[in-house]
Amino acid sequence: MEEVKEQMPSLPRLGQAAPSFEAVTTHGVLKLEDYKGSWLILFSHPADFTPVCTTEFIAFAEIYPELQKRGVELLGLSVDSVSSHIAWARNVEEKTKVKIPFPIIADLSKEVSAAYGMVHPGQSKTETVRCVFIIDDKQVIRTILYYPLTTGRNMDEILRIIDALQTSDANAVATPANWRPGDKVVVPSPNTQEMAEERLKEGYDCVDWYLCRKKL
Amino acid sequence: MACISPDGKPTASGFRILRALRDGLGSPEKIAGGTNVPLFKVRSGLREMETAGLVSSQEDQYKLEPKGKELADTVPA
Repeated sequence: MEEVKEQMPSLPRLGQAAPSFEAVTTHGVLKLEDYKGSWLILFSHPADFTPVCTTEFIAFAEIYPELQKRGVELLGLSVDSVSSHIAWARNVEEKTKVKIPFPIIADLSKEVSAAYGMVHPGQSKTETVRCVFIIDDKQVIRTILYYPLTTGRNMDEILRIIDALQTSDANAVATPANWRPGDKVVVPSPNTQEMAEERLKEGYDCVDWYLCRKKL
Repeated sequence: MACISPDGKPTASGFRILRALRDGLGSPEKIAGGTNVPLFKVRSGLREMETAGLVSSQEDQYKLEPKGKELADTVPA
């Protein structure tokens, strides 16, 4: 008897072009390329009308103005229908007075969730887990976060990652653990012995040649 | 559809895009800047309107077709 093996989909990775898509959403048919020139947070949730997802959507709606200031758009996704998404968004607005201002993909065919590896059968064979894909203005995947079904996402961390990525891009620096905007940033490590010797004379705040911080 | 209702009428954001085209804005970026409609929605809206024969495009520059102009002229100033 032929052995049936579970297909392991190839998952998107950091630094790769985000998989393209054309999807039905609550704001009409959208393509990934419609977001060219903007950063995009593509995130999935398990299902409409569920408690943790509702708290997350309210939280995403609350940080949306801050994201827009940073040139970032939001795009939700689950395997529910457009009618379900519309009904849920209207219900959230009616019950909590929070309007959901961003589109939500109705991925009934699971084409987008498969391309992005959003269904984790160990968690659920039918629902998407809580994924976050941060895609930059050139449509390259810059961050991937996965949260289990039971754990709602942290919006402060998502904003912090956006700030860190955009700061790194703008200044050719890295950001240390627990970095917040305004904190010192990390100067990239020297590549040669000569650079290492020079590094210590440059007036940075250095622990040693390989760990130097500076104020922007 | 985002910018055209099932009855064929443009939505509020669709009308804003048509009015921007009537006022001479031709690229999605300029339309987004001039209308406050997010760029992704302008692009998807223009795509729909092109399919519906309301606008045409050449190298990312859009213009109204007679059917689109007729609709744009019904937009209150």
